[in-house]
Amino acid sequence: MSDDIWILGITMTKFGKHPDKDTVDLASEAAMGALADGGVTMKDMGILAAGCLMQSNAGIGQQLQKQIGQTGIPVYNVANACATGATALRTAIMAVKSGEVDMGLAVGVEKLAGAGLLGGGGTPKSDKKEWSPSGRYGAVTNTDGRIGAASMPAVFAQVGMEYGHKYGGTSFELFAKIAEKNHAHSTLNPLAAYTKRMTLEEIMNDVMIAYPNTRSMCSANCDGAAAAVVVSDAKLKTMSLEQQRRAIKVKASILTSDPYQEGCQVLPDVNTLTKNAARLAYEAAGVGPEDLDLVELHDCFATAELVHYDNLGLCEEGGAADFFLSGATWRDGKTPVNVSGGLESKGHPIAATGIANIWEICHHLRGEAGPRQIEGAKVGMAHVIGLGSACGLHILEKSGL
Amino acid sequence: MANQIPLVDYLELGDQPHLKALECTSCGARYFDRRNACASCSGTDFRSVAVPNDGIVKAFSIVTFAAPGVPVPFVSAIIDCDGTSVRGNIINCEPSPEVVTLGMPVRLATYVLGTDDHGVEAIGFGFEPAN
Ligand SMILES: [Zn+2]
Repeated sequence: MSDDIWILGITMTKFGKHPDKDTVDLASEAAMGALADGGVTMKDMGILAAGCLMQSNAGIGQQLQKQIGQTGIPVYNVANACATGATALRTAIMAVKSGEVDMGLAVGVEKLAGAGLLGGGGTPKSDKKEWSPSGRYGAVTNTDGRIGAASMPAVFAQVGMEYGHKYGGTSFELFAKIAEKNHAHSTLNPLAAYTKRMTLEEIMNDVMIAYPNTRSMCSANCDGAAAAVVVSDAKLKTMSLEQQRRAIKVKASILTSDPYQEGCQVLPDVNTLTKNAARLAYEAAGVGPEDLDLVELHDCFATAELVHYDNLGLCEEGGAADFFLSGATWRDGKTPVNVSGGLESKGHPIAATGIANIWEICHHLRGEAGPRQIEGAKVGMAHVIGLGSACGLHILEKSGL
Repeated sequence: MANQIPLVDYLELGDQPHLKALECTSCGARYFDRRNACASCSGTDFRSVAVPNDGIVKAFSIVTFAAPGVPVPFVSAIIDCDGTSVRGNIINCEPSPEVVTLGMPVRLATYVLGTDDHGVEAIGFGFEPAN
């Protein structure tokens, strides 16, 4: 027996439009799927951690219990921006690790189809035309669009451009090529919201949202849910050989926030907390970037994927553009990245994302990924960033059985 | 020059408009809003300092799609003003990647954003190409 934690069961719903299902329906589908995948029921769960960012005061955990099993266990409703799903999973992992329970369920769900642009805007000032300073900066009117941009596509465009300023080698075309890769990968993922291969020209000529990010270089708002059952090593040992064989070991479960850096008050720093998380995760797992057979990272925009190659140590510092251009991150490359299609094509139902990316990794480590299987995958990494900021990082390893 | 009000209170108007920041007296970290303690070093003593008007573009995005009520296109940018990062629009030039480039030198510029019913002008700021 060890203090290892395992993922026993995990699933994600189809990402896309689910007009006939509400958040509780989607969360239930994912939760029941994860329980069935693990060969257990709600009665076996000692804790439930759940997140739905857009309804973060609605108690999605208790709503879910009403739908699938009110067993009286503690519920943690979590909200941590785009890292909400990873935070729910880590909450369940910590509860098992503490010894308080031997099994836990984590669920993330979101309904975002047709949500449009996220971030920015603000309440228009009243019609009475008199400038009056308000808020933390004493602003007399909305500052979005007047003092830079607050929208996510623009913020992350600047994140990629800042990398280009620091290290060189970036261009509109380079960022578009990252989206080309992810859209190509998505054609093999039946659960992705969009599975159409797009040419570089189609991507570059798509509607420009915030240069250099066109529409097809942005994550897709959609509906979806994902759930995972975690179990202690001791409990797993009492289970069937089949359950033990399919269980995936959690080699590292890390959560960081953004430490102070010059400039972080005007452009969120998504780099330092990811670098810190990567360092901690490699240390905890006893593996290095060269050991990763596949990586799912937070490509909320094509411009973001590039910087995370560097932040996760997949390439040398400053070498992300060359690393990508070498073909390393295509599914037949040295370090396949976002073989699911990534957020740009699989979709980004916010709170589901941080568990769905774990499912993708587990799917390959179990050898169950069908036509998109990365052959012989043993170790994988899943990364999410929630702006504000939070970084969730998990390193997973297949069972030795 | 009477009857003017800055878009934000960290824009200082007058003969030589400039941005001002609260600087931590212990570590030099700068903030455009109030802080109870320094996010960098936990110091609690701050002084007001002028931010240099000249800088270079270290990141930008040409925004063509924004929330309702936000006029597009505009160029959002992060300016390195001699070590202090500032967010602002690039103004007084065409919003295109042929004109706006990384590393481009810029300087602070102000403009009248609008006038209210009492005749008060709101003054905004941005950064214009220095060359
Ligand atoms: Zn300080």
